[in-house]
Amino acid sequence: MSGGVDSAVAAARAVEAGHEVVGVHLALSRAGGTLRTGSRGCCTVEDAMDARRVADKLGIPFYVWDFSERFRDDVIDDFISEYQAGRTPNPCMRCNEKIKFAALLERALELGFDAICTGHYATLVEGEDGLELHRSSEEAKDQSYVLGVLNAEQLRHCYFPLGTTPSKQIVRAEAEARGFSVAKKPDSYDICFIPDGDTRGYLAEKMGMEQGEILDRSGAVLGTHEGAHAFTVGQRKGLNIGRPAPDGKPRFVLEIRPVQNQVVVGPKEALAVSRISGSRYSWAGPAPRDTEFACEVQIRAHADPVPALAALEGGSLVITPEVPLDGVATGQTAVVYVGTRVVGQCTIDTTVSAVPVEA
Amino acid sequence: MIYLDHAATTPLRGEVRDAWLEAQGVGNASSVHGAGQRARRVLEEARERIATSLGCQPIEVVLTSGGTESVNLALKGLWSSRGPQRDTIVLPDGEHHASLDAASWLVAREGARVRSVALDRVGRIPEDAFREALDSSTALATALVAANETGTINDAPALSRAAAAAGVPLHLDAVAAAGHLAIEFSAWRGPAVAGAGLVALSISGHKLGAPVGTGALIVSRHAAPDPLLHGGGQQRGLRAGTQDVAGAVALATALELADAEREAENARLEELRSRFLATLGARLAEAVVLGDPDSHLPGTIHLHLPGAEGESLLFLLDQRGISVSTGSACQAGVAEPSHVVMALGYSAEAARQVLRISMGRTTSEADMDRLGEALVDDYSRLTHR
Repeated sequence: MSGGVDSAVAAARAVEAGHEVVGVHLALSRAGGTLRTGSRGCCTVEDAMDARRVADKLGIPFYVWDFSERFRDDVIDDFISEYQAGRTPNPCMRCNEKIKFAALLERALELGFDAICTGHYATLVEGEDGLELHRSSEEAKDQSYVLGVLNAEQLRHCYFPLGTTPSKQIVRAEAEARGFSVAKKPDSYDICFIPDGDTRGYLAEKMGMEQGEILDRSGAVLGTHEGAHAFTVGQRKGLNIGRPAPDGKPRFVLEIRPVQNQVVVGPKEALAVSRISGSRYSWAGPAPRDTEFACEVQIRAHADPVPALAALEGGSLVITPEVPLDGVATGQTAVVYVGTRVVGQCTIDTTVSAVPVEA
Repeated sequence: MIYLDHAATTPLRGEVRDAWLEAQGVGNASSVHGAGQRARRVLEEARERIATSLGCQPIEVVLTSGGTESVNLALKGLWSSRGPQRDTIVLPDGEHHASLDAASWLVAREGARVRSVALDRVGRIPEDAFREALDSSTALATALVAANETGTINDAPALSRAAAAAGVPLHLDAVAAAGHLAIEFSAWRGPAVAGAGLVALSISGHKLGAPVGTGALIVSRHAAPDPLLHGGGQQRGLRAGTQDVAGAVALATALELADAEREAENARLEELRSRFLATLGARLAEAVVLGDPDSHLPGTIHLHLPGAEGESLLFLLDQRGISVSTGSACQAGVAEPSHVVMALGYSAEAARQVLRISMGRTTSEADMDRLGEALVDDYSRLTHR
């Protein structure tokens, strides 16, 4: 129970369904704020209180459990080291993978619970070969992407009461009807441990800023930057090169080289990626029957899924989109769908450009 | 329901509640008219009773809203009225958060410096280390009479003597100790010169069976800390505000009852404690008892249970209707690993594997037997032994 309206209604529905429910607020950040100052960030003392009051209304026990140390090790440290390696991490995936449905699940099972219930919009469906994870009934609020990192064992202990609700409005109305003060609370977005939304500033503080070169693909130095980690592949803003490219086209970040502290830029076409792959992959449920299959791939939580071919090759999940993808950064998660079913995912460690470098 | 968190708070005693209710509505003790005089009389009689219990003069009893206010008044008040060229606060490790946070604030806002004193392995403040920490740059020193988590009892008279000899004002935090130990403020203070030695001592009512919202700071007539609250100038100008007559009566009653029962109750609790620990030692050999085995509050049992998260044990016991604590009270709603346990030399990880059990007047042998069984079961469940 984060203190948000989704988990509040999820808890209410779980109680109504007749389950024995205990509400838990996860304390993940040591530098937690006291009052909510907007929609960014999460889990201030005020959020914990909001969650507690919902638990009070539902008549269920409520605890605040401290997973801040594991969160620091598995999510925050990973976030920083990924940027240091020139990759673009997704900490929400790591949190689901390592904390919410791992550390928390371990403790829950230890204490005699059967499942973790959350307010995620996703559905579980019993398929031919086992339990499957599917999109929610409402495409606009579907959160199956961030759950793509869960495995079969984890899914067996999941419970998503909101997955079949067609709209967020309905959930808010239900919260209102139940007398929850959080009915009108805005959704939180951005990274929960960077409440002011300034990822660049956060990274600068954690990693230090060092000037480096901005190059084009031929290696020519175009300008300087204040720290390679501040950039992400596909980024257009913030380059500050000063003079336009010879062809007049806008420049985009193509590559980050953390060791040399260099950023490589080029035209939009150069962003096109014909293939992505990852050696860290998992199946969200039963493994696919074929080693190669048609699917749709989604590379961001709010990106559109695109048709692709997925294959296991040499220990990696290799995904070849029908049409090249733009702006794919290593470190991102590619989630593979067949219909509404989340088949699996990989952390992208290799991308193959669709465009050769001009001499 | 088996309540074993008396150190956090203990139920309002029947006699105390009755005395408190009877004294409600008595009037404003500062009013000049007859009604005010009558209220004043009730208040001052209570103050005299409190003074008798704590071994000080009635004029030295400053009634407050509780332990936190008392500690804040002492630390901030003594800081504010400090002598020239004195900028350091001597702060032993493992003090209660009221002292730690008040001191932090003084560091952040007032340019204070902190000189810490390490605890020994059983959580005691070593007297020689404490003495050595005091010098002419010390604005004030503070120390627990008895520790709220470990239960370890410090040598209050020795610490007071050290402060007097060094010419440093000392505040003693007796929030956990009052009721269980005899507090002798004037005797401990001894012949110290004005403004030095033991000058202030904090107690909290709800730790003794008086209501939440009652407490006192004993302030030597030879000290003049600055107040936190300005207003009507009540209580020597040290604590403005309409005085809580009923609260004073409740506090006085609770203290007297504790004094009368102390010897017998301490013996009873010590017996319960020994019995429990003997059984635990036989059935749960991994448990380590923290604190001073020879000098501790008899009701407090502080255990390190390796391999089991305190939060998990607390939950399982709670499910059985047994209420215990993991030690450090909720800071901002999250159970932090106890800084006190870490001050004993334990890692943060080990500090999260600690339970504090605190017995009280209502605790029976059967309660402790039940706890013992539950703890053995739940511990083995969590550690798969």
